[in-house]
Amino acid sequence: MTEPLLEARGVTKHFGHVQALQGADFTAWPGEVVALIGDNGAGKSTLVKTLSGTIRPDGGQILVDGAPVRLTSPLDARRYGIETVYQDLALAPDLDAAANLHLGRELFRGGLLGRLHVLDRAAMRRSAVAAFAELGVDLQDVGVPVASLSGGQRQSVAVARAVAFANRIIFMDEPTAALGVVQRGRVLDTIRRVRDRGIAVVLISHNMPEVLSVADRVEVLRLGRRVARFTAAQSSVEELVGAMTGALDPASNGGAA
Amino acid sequence: MTDTGKPRLEKTGAGEPAPTGSPIPAGDGSPVPAEEGSPVPPRPRFTVPGWAKRIAAVNEAWTFGVLVLLVAFFTIAAPGTFLTQYDITQIATNAAIYLVLGVGMTFVIIVAGIDLSVGSVLVLAAVLSGEYTVHHGGAESGWGTITVAALIALATGLVWGAVQGLLVAKAKVPPLIVTLGGFGAALGLAQIITGGQDLTGAVSGKLQHSIGFGKLFGQIPWLVVIAFGTTVLFGLVLAYTRFGRYTYAIGSNAEGARRVGIAVDRHLVLVYALAGLLAGLGSVMWLAYFGTTSIAGHSTDNLKVITAVVLGGASLFGGRGSVLGTVIGVFIPAVLTTGLIIIGVQQYWQDVAIGVVLVLAVYLDQFRRRSRDRG
Repeated sequence: MTEPLLEARGVTKHFGHVQALQGADFTAWPGEVVALIGDNGAGKSTLVKTLSGTIRPDGGQILVDGAPVRLTSPLDARRYGIETVYQDLALAPDLDAAANLHLGRELFRGGLLGRLHVLDRAAMRRSAVAAFAELGVDLQDVGVPVASLSGGQRQSVAVARAVAFANRIIFMDEPTAALGVVQRGRVLDTIRRVRDRGIAVVLISHNMPEVLSVADRVEVLRLGRRVARFTAAQSSVEELVGAMTGALDPASNGGAA
Repeated sequence: MTDTGKPRLEKTGAGEPAPTGSPIPAGDGSPVPAEEGSPVPPRPRFTVPGWAKRIAAVNEAWTFGVLVLLVAFFTIAAPGTFLTQYDITQIATNAAIYLVLGVGMTFVIIVAGIDLSVGSVLVLAAVLSGEYTVHHGGAESGWGTITVAALIALATGLVWGAVQGLLVAKAKVPPLIVTLGGFGAALGLAQIITGGQDLTGAVSGKLQHSIGFGKLFGQIPWLVVIAFGTTVLFGLVLAYTRFGRYTYAIGSNAEGARRVGIAVDRHLVLVYALAGLLAGLGSVMWLAYFGTTSIAGHSTDNLKVITAVVLGGASLFGGRGSVLGTVIGVFIPAVLTTGLIIIGVQQYWQDVAIGVVLVLAVYLDQFRRRSRDRG
């Protein structure tokens, strides 16, 4: 098979006395949806933050396309085409959707104005409209502050921002947690559509039926380690829950601590 | 800048990004006129024209309305006295220094900070540059001394502001405390240096006669020209550049801004340094106009300036505000003072009026915020 897009090998991280990651592994292949599941405190968030450059691991290796990399900031990760949709969305509520989409990646006017960092709002607006249209998001006006959008629309803005710029991998931390049924369906559709472009989507979720419906593979974290891998099509909610809690732990080593 | 000084009020505003233009400057346009529900149901009876709606949606429109009402009131109450050219020039001159301070404060407040130190930094900058002048020619000193003294004032403000910014950004001390400390410390230093007495010979006569009392084309006071230039420059920076956009983004969601790769700490330092730099500029203007360091005269500058910025629609929670709003916010107290004097009302009523208007403005801001933000 081809190289994994992104791989973590033996990543460790501790906060004070708490050992959040104890040699965690993770693999994402091109064009797949892989769900990362685990009980509270299993280290999902920490692992995702390490892989998206938000926190630096104490040890272990991160490989992009088979080559070891150091991700010291979210900017580094973005440079490798790794985007994250945070659970709290990380949007600026006072800025409009177009501004949020390009936050940290502004487009400038040409010539002298550009060198003075004068923004090209028209271009950003156009590209935002295009990005939303591509995701099938109906935002009547990309020029209103994000604060006045509904929860689902805000979610869409955050997802569109990641999709518009990712070319390798997107992490989505509980992307459907705050959504209603219809919007949930839309986000899941979006996830599939992004995957079909050859981008890997890493889905962090607590919702097992949802995981099984949208993911191709499932990786299970427990106590800071990867304890199981499943092919979604051949597994059941019971198996996943069993692996998460350790009841059916196939790689059981008695757990640490 | 070539026409006469007559339409002073309008002119100061007109150089700003026009509030009527369609792309509302990011972040400062609440889309909702306060009282009307946001998802507007179809109104069959009469339709508000689109341009009117757009103007009403811009925060500054409401404050500007208040200013217009005040001007109209005093014009009617004292016909032929208020709003003469002398009057307008006077109002603009008095407002010039506060305007310069207000521009810096606008950035600080949008970034969800506060700067209580402005008045003291102004005094310290004035004292340090005054000391230099005293020892290099005093009141008779020439342009060389004036230049160096001005640079000292600017540098003092810049460095003081940057240090405060570092404390806010890196040491994570709340800006209220950092700048409260800065407020006391800067004034204390100024008093130590001077022994608490205003220096004599702290300002060159040449500076006073040129910048202080001089007028561009014999019409517009230089102080007003400087304030106008500063306002336009930083108004454009805030509304149209990446620096401005990051200012709004950080005030709106600092953690989010950090995660999209904005150098938040660096930006905060720059914003506080800018506020300090403009306080330094304010001190040069003050020295030129009043010819003295007035150590004791700036203890309430911070409150005046914050009031103006908040009247102008900036939110103390960050993320919202504009230089144009601040311009209007500076002129409301200025017009009130002059107006009340002219119609013969005891001018202390001004403080009462401003206090009421300020609280009202913040109440309206909260109200608008709640009606806009959906959970």
